[in-house]
Amino acid sequence: MKRKAFLIDTTRCTACRSCQVACKQWNKLTAEDTVNRGSYENPPDLTPQLYNQIHFIEQDRGKDMRWLFINRRCQHCADAGCVKVCPSAGALYHTPDGLVGFNQDKCIECHYCVNGCPFDVPRYDSKQKITKCHACIDRVQNGLLPACVKACPTQTLQFGDRETLIAGAKAAGKKLYGENDLGGLGVLYVLDDEPDTYRLPKNPAIPASIFFWKDVVKPLGILGFWGAVGVAALHYVTVGPKRIEDEPEDKSPKGGE
Amino acid sequence: MQLNRRSFLKYSGGAVASSVIGLGLGTNEAAAELAGPLAIQYARETTTICPYCAVGCGLIVHSRGNEVLNIEGDPDHPINKGTLCSKGSSIIQLRDNAQRITEPMYRAKGAKEWQKVSWDWALDQIADRVKAARDSSFIATNAKGQVVNRTDALASVGSAALDNEECYLLQKMLRSWGLVYIEHQARI
Amino acid sequence: MTNHWIDIRNADVVLVMGSNAAENHPISFRYVLEAKEHGAKILSVDPRFTRTSARSDVYAPLRSGTDIAFLGGMIKYIVDNDLCHREYLQLHTNATFLVDPRFQMPGELDGLFSGYDLDKRSYDKSSWSFQRDANGVPKTDPEMQDPNCVFQLLKKHFSRYSLEVVSDITGTPVEKLNEIYQVYGATGKAGKAATILYAMGWTQHTVGTQNIRTMAIIQLLLGNIGVAGGGVNALRGESNVQGSTDHCLLFHILPGYLPTPKASLKDLTTYIEKTTPQTQDPLSANWWGNRGKYMTSLLRAHFDTGLSAADEFGYQLLPKLDDGQNASWLMLFDKMLRGQFKGFFAWGQNPACSGSNANKVREALAKLDWMVAVNLFDNETASFWKGPKMDPAQIDTEVFFLPVAASYEKEGSVTNSGRWAQWRYQAVQPLGNSLHDSELMNELQHRVRQRYARDGGAFPDPILKLSWNYGYKGFDGKIGKMDIHAVAKEINGYFLEDREIKGKLYKKGDLVPSFAFLQADGSTLSGNWLYCNSYNASGNNMARRSHKDPSGIGLYPEWSWCWPVNRRILYNRASVNAEGVPWDKEKPVIWWNGNGWKGDVPDGGWKPLNQAGTKKSFIMLPDGVASIFGAGMKEGPFPEHYEPLECPIEKNPLSGTKNNPAMKLFYEGEEKLPEDVYYSCDQRYPFVATTYRVTEHWQTGLMTRNTPWLLELQPRMFVEMSPELAEDRRVKNGEVVKVSSGRGSVEAVAIVTRRFRPFKVQGTTIHQVGLPWCYGWSTPNVGDSANLLTPTAGDANTMIPETKAFMVNVEKMKG
Repeated sequence: MKRKAFLIDTTRCTACRSCQVACKQWNKLTAEDTVNRGSYENPPDLTPQLYNQIHFIEQDRGKDMRWLFINRRCQHCADAGCVKVCPSAGALYHTPDGLVGFNQDKCIECHYCVNGCPFDVPRYDSKQKITKCHACIDRVQNGLLPACVKACPTQTLQFGDRETLIAGAKAAGKKLYGENDLGGLGVLYVLDDEPDTYRLPKNPAIPASIFFWKDVVKPLGILGFWGAVGVAALHYVTVGPKRIEDEPEDKSPKGGE
Repeated sequence: MQLNRRSFLKYSGGAVASSVIGLGLGTNEAAAELAGPLAIQYARETTTICPYCAVGCGLIVHSRGNEVLNIEGDPDHPINKGTLCSKGSSIIQLRDNAQRITEPMYRAKGAKEWQKVSWDWALDQIADRVKAARDSSFIATNAKGQVVNRTDALASVGSAALDNEECYLLQKMLRSWGLVYIEHQARI
Repeated sequence: MTNHWIDIRNADVVLVMGSNAAENHPISFRYVLEAKEHGAKILSVDPRFTRTSARSDVYAPLRSGTDIAFLGGMIKYIVDNDLCHREYLQLHTNATFLVDPRFQMPGELDGLFSGYDLDKRSYDKSSWSFQRDANGVPKTDPEMQDPNCVFQLLKKHFSRYSLEVVSDITGTPVEKLNEIYQVYGATGKAGKAATILYAMGWTQHTVGTQNIRTMAIIQLLLGNIGVAGGGVNALRGESNVQGSTDHCLLFHILPGYLPTPKASLKDLTTYIEKTTPQTQDPLSANWWGNRGKYMTSLLRAHFDTGLSAADEFGYQLLPKLDDGQNASWLMLFDKMLRGQFKGFFAWGQNPACSGSNANKVREALAKLDWMVAVNLFDNETASFWKGPKMDPAQIDTEVFFLPVAASYEKEGSVTNSGRWAQWRYQAVQPLGNSLHDSELMNELQHRVRQRYARDGGAFPDPILKLSWNYGYKGFDGKIGKMDIHAVAKEINGYFLEDREIKGKLYKKGDLVPSFAFLQADGSTLSGNWLYCNSYNASGNNMARRSHKDPSGIGLYPEWSWCWPVNRRILYNRASVNAEGVPWDKEKPVIWWNGNGWKGDVPDGGWKPLNQAGTKKSFIMLPDGVASIFGAGMKEGPFPEHYEPLECPIEKNPLSGTKNNPAMKLFYEGEEKLPEDVYYSCDQRYPFVATTYRVTEHWQTGLMTRNTPWLLELQPRMFVEMSPELAEDRRVKNGEVVKVSSGRGSVEAVAIVTRRFRPFKVQGTTIHQVGLPWCYGWSTPNVGDSANLLTPTAGDANTMIPETKAFMVNVEKMKG
């Protein structure tokens, strides 16, 4: 089966945020109490009730300025840290389309995926179960577009065969982010600036500890309980308390984002 | 992630379970399964137009019985081609909404709260008041002796939220009562 | 819109000014970006850098209320650089017409045109007329050289709007003016088109109508009206504000833009005689010459068809205004505060937040004996008696709240900004015990009629003779269930007698094919002539869903239905030359094939202008051509810059006339109310303010504040300001500030952003702030309406309130 992907062309985004709301409607996610922190951006980050979010960036360029917008979400990596690290088979998985889905019934609430993700995406809901963008797998497998892509008025969000999207973007002379990183991201970006402007890691990588877990420790899962105890301890030693790769230094609200 | 004793045990238990399933399936990828039929698959589809701005985007309402399951853009609509903005994407919440008023209410003179009333009562009360106000204020001829047949004691504002047919009916009804103070959103 | 949404893709230049299309009409940007992909330039002019600006090629800031100066400079640029579409001007506009030599302009009269009467604050327009020949046809100079011709007068008038003068008024840097003028002016070539997307950013000013006139003049100079990708496009803000305007829920017009009867129009004959425009020009179609047919058909639709010509078809049953009586919005609430009204309906509207000077509106509501509020959600109008500063015990207003259906709980049509009347179907029953609006009207109409039939009363005839035949009636005479299709058919109209027209027999009861078939003798009925053709022998045309687009320019002629007579681009006969050949051969709207017009429904089916039997292209105007010289305006036939009523500068840099000389002043005379105060150039209110909407909310927020997903996106009242102003007021981003005007104050979260820049005007720095008006106290913790700040002041022609430019103060909240 051909690999599916999102193409997010940030140069077309008007930040209308239909993506945020259409996702909530389809996935039956509730609204959260938010505050205006001196910014249009809300909620300020992904949450268990928010699978994708528009990040607003104001840029001062002397006489002129720019206002950049980017849709943040699960990157549906081929070499997905979350899937790799997940100790519960089927809780996080790749669909035959190459998208990363989750199954809350199988989630064991270990939160390893949080640390395994270089993009700071997975969240845990009130039941302590994994949540994130799952590319509306139910829709996609029934021949529909993901709710956010369907709703996007400016074709900022596109979805389809990954190869076709890449070929199309290249033919239009657009440079892509994520074509080859982590085995190729399932979310390709057309950016108007350097990745770090958008809080995207320049060279996304899975934390080294994950390889260790995936390739060395996880096969030992058959050892059962004691193995798990060991892993928990190992995790604490190698990764430490939850820490996000490429965390921006200052997360306090910035002027008029 | 801070591990306390309780969650530590939970993680351990989880690891056991996962190791068993993991053995059975081999890889996580194999856990992928085809989603079942969509909730909207056998729903009734009704086309409508967005109630917000005047772009006039088409929507499809998926419903079963009197329950709305889903509302999304109408892909056949030549303007929006299935897309919507954040407002258009949200309109299911105009119905799935505890704040919607679904019973007529009345606030008496000096009252501090609303009270629920019946339609019959409310409509009769209003009809009485329209007649009383009209009768007591009716101007058959103006100061110059010209026939004007109007009332200046009743006024109405709204509504760009109504359908065309309703707008037509509303102005028809109000003008038959003699109102000239008829205004709406287009003026502001 | 003269054009329509999809047509934006055909533009070579898109100017977004006086609107914020990306935020308030998000789907429009699908077509703006499509145009951009094809090489179009997108220009954004706004006091603040918006989400529209973010996707534009050029952004230029301007101080609120200075659009005429900005655009006046563009007119000068176009004329000076000879960028006009001369042939278009000569064929389709009054640029060649000769004006009365007595006519004088602001350059000569210190900001005024000839004929001003200060006491009346109005003009004697006798010198604003055209020179006419013995037959009454305007004299012209086709070469446009005569000093009294419109073109030369225009050139002279706008010669005062140099780049430097304009920049000094608007605060827009000269290089930005130049850049925008150059890009826009380049579309004067045949085959190039530029479109303007405007909205309330232009209308809500004391010079609102003239803002739009200035742009219309530019579009005519460049030959951009009638063509694909051109036009003058008002982006209307509500799903059916176009339709509600067409059906005239307004004091001054009846459905189809027919003037409301006035006391002096004592009978139907006088009405028709006095309100029907006349022309002596045999080449002018003067379509409004049909007014008698439309008015008669409207009366037939409104009242018992048993009424005859001798009964004036019921003309006397319509209420008449006194001559000069202004019953528009600002006056309505002014009179309400003065205690004039006993009863009031707020039907799907929330004036306690949407009305300018909202405190005045809220106080006025307390003067009512009773109010009927019809809505989906409780709101600041319905519950005004428990709002801020209100003591319910002291308020005697009885209020009835009547809950009604949401849009997808009912069936009917709505007309979008491109004039497409689109049918929507009912998906589910109204929620709970809420009613369809039409059923509610049926109930009220019936109950009032019942009382008059039973008890008599003041002049019961209009009520008893009102026709109301929209379904089966029970024993009590009440319709059991309203048939909305019957209403739609009545709006379209049908024959009341058998009639043979153009060789075809129409039977009594047949639907009228289109408005050309309407009659003045009472043999046809039509609730709104403009919608005649919407529901006829071919069925409900508003419900059509065909994707055919033979034009290739996105007209979709068989998708829904568009007024008038399904014409998708208005004034399209100006898109061709005298031979009927399109200016733009790649994107023709219509073209003459030797025997007839092809393409869109032509604006009048007459032959091309060079053939015998032709009629001029602007059929709704008595002179048959578009008005560069517009004598119908209250404040002058050409637009002139005047400062907003509340403004930051002492003197209008262009003249000694500071404000619009023809607008109504609520602050002069004995009748002034204490609520109507103004502070221009006052240290207490030093900052320019404007109001706007955001993508995530709609209008007063009545529906969107009650939509949790949307409130999550924009949870609270805010005020945007520049870092420089924030520094000056010691305000940090995210802090709560108090914004106040002479009329009220609101609390708001400060968004400190470089998207607002201080303006350099008259050698001083002027700060501007902006606030959304989508919040209200009835939603907890969101703040209140920005309209608490706005003044009671209206446009001279329309009385639309000036909510886009006024003066405020900003203070940090203590604690």
